[in-house]
Amino acid sequence: MRTENQKAWFFVLPVLALVAFNALVPMMTVVNYSVQETFGNNQFFWEGLGWFEQILRSDRFQAALGRQFLFTFLILLIEVPLGIIVALSMPRKGVWVPVCLVLMALPMLIPWNVVGSMWNIFTLPKIGLMGYFLNDVLGINYDMTQQPLSAWITVIVMDVWHWTSLVVLLCYAGLVSIPDAYYQAAKIDGASPWSVFRYIQLPKMKTVLTIAVLLRFMDSFNIYTEPFVLTGGGPGNSTTLLSIDLVKIALGQFDLGPAAAMSLIYFAITLLVSWVFYTLMTKDDAQ
Amino acid sequence: MKKRSLIPILYIAFLMLPIYWLVAMSFKTTNEILSGFSLFPQTFTLENYITIFTDPTWYWGYINSIIYVTINTVLSVCVALPAAYAFSRYRFLGDRQLFFWLLTNRMAPAAVFALPFFQLYSSIHLFDTYLAVALAHTLFNVPLAVWILEGFMRGIPKELDETAYVDGYSFPRFFVTIFLPNIKAGVGVAAFFCFMFSWVEMLLAKTLTAVEAKPIAAVMTRTASSAGYELGLLAAAGTLTIIPGAIVIWFVRNYIARGFAMGRV
Repeated sequence: MRTENQKAWFFVLPVLALVAFNALVPMMTVVNYSVQETFGNNQFFWEGLGWFEQILRSDRFQAALGRQFLFTFLILLIEVPLGIIVALSMPRKGVWVPVCLVLMALPMLIPWNVVGSMWNIFTLPKIGLMGYFLNDVLGINYDMTQQPLSAWITVIVMDVWHWTSLVVLLCYAGLVSIPDAYYQAAKIDGASPWSVFRYIQLPKMKTVLTIAVLLRFMDSFNIYTEPFVLTGGGPGNSTTLLSIDLVKIALGQFDLGPAAAMSLIYFAITLLVSWVFYTLMTKDDAQ
Repeated sequence: MKKRSLIPILYIAFLMLPIYWLVAMSFKTTNEILSGFSLFPQTFTLENYITIFTDPTWYWGYINSIIYVTINTVLSVCVALPAAYAFSRYRFLGDRQLFFWLLTNRMAPAAVFALPFFQLYSSIHLFDTYLAVALAHTLFNVPLAVWILEGFMRGIPKELDETAYVDGYSFPRFFVTIFLPNIKAGVGVAAFFCFMFSWVEMLLAKTLTAVEAKPIAAVMTRTASSAGYELGLLAAAGTLTIIPGAIVIWFVRNYIARGFAMGRV
């Protein structure tokens, strides 16, 4: 068991100083902007909660938030089951295991803007492999710079390509920790593959699956670079997710007040949903 | 058994397709790319790579990225080690709250921090330095490193510490000569993750640099827009960004599975 020792704070001090510098100072800047109005020249006027009200009521924010939730929902819906299925069908040992793992982890180590460019090249009609195949071989009219639906499918497929491996690797880590004896016992009892999954594999994967869902939620909710490079938020505003919209307001239009208020609302939503996920998924442990 | 291995094979094929296309594209001439579809490069050329390796603005982009990623990795792991030790071994006032607060920084959208970071690092005259990007990336890497290392350290029984103290080891000597070798895998995995997230993050890296410390990503966007749409060059530059990640992952391949579970299985 861990012992009570207040001196442990000294060990934490470097981390605390570093993260406080990086998190608190910028956060205070954001809070500062969010309650003020500026007309340039570094002159600021008290604005109260006006920006928050304006953001929450604006159609633009609600639409971006809606798209963001739809995106994250679809991502979790596809990536988590797919990741579990791939992890379950992976070999447990053998020479191919490290090769599989390295190949699967590869997409996660590619810079995010390169991921966007790569998918752009991949999906170009006439030039890209996927664009050519869909348009000229299958005869499907596909052009993500024109059709919102194509753009959405491309963004989703890109994220599935990019991040499903995280779920696979986490689940796989949970699966290899199951002793062989469990499977032998299940075999003797004549358990069906489903009950092996339900009563042996799933409980063992639970901790890592919680981490996977949380990480996938946070990262897909905060996604910026890949869809920005791929579609630029278009066609129209159809793939303008929250972060893309935020950067447009903050760095494009330089509306610091609304951008700051939006940042805080955004962060609050991320925290709240993460907390709900975490509580729901660990509820059984507490009982 | 045969049928089951089909799923991973299909999945890996799906992962490799866009990568293959990027690599194939990098060996094509601009003419061939624009003239139409070809599965393999018809006129195989190294011109795109030659351009990158002979132009300082190009290859310095890579060197800059590698420098700030390395600084960030070393810094993150070094400050995370004592903190993770404290979290895994001791209870202290506010430990749970502190741990959770650290993790919330992993949840912060980078877009939220872009502008304040720019102002913060400009005001302390660190804008456009390696240190600025390395420090900014500690925001999400330090919490992650603490989380991973804490998971690994919890797996080491406390008796190890107590025996060492009885044998007369001082804390620093115990930590370096006995404890660290025991969590070698954890340190490797934490360093791997720090490398990974610092290498792939581009929004902050781009916002915090202008000329001196410009990451490869910023070079890529500028060259692509100024010199027309040179897909071959873009593909070659993209291909080269995959290599450092591939090398690093090969070193930790035996720990990946456990590392991804943050030592918590």
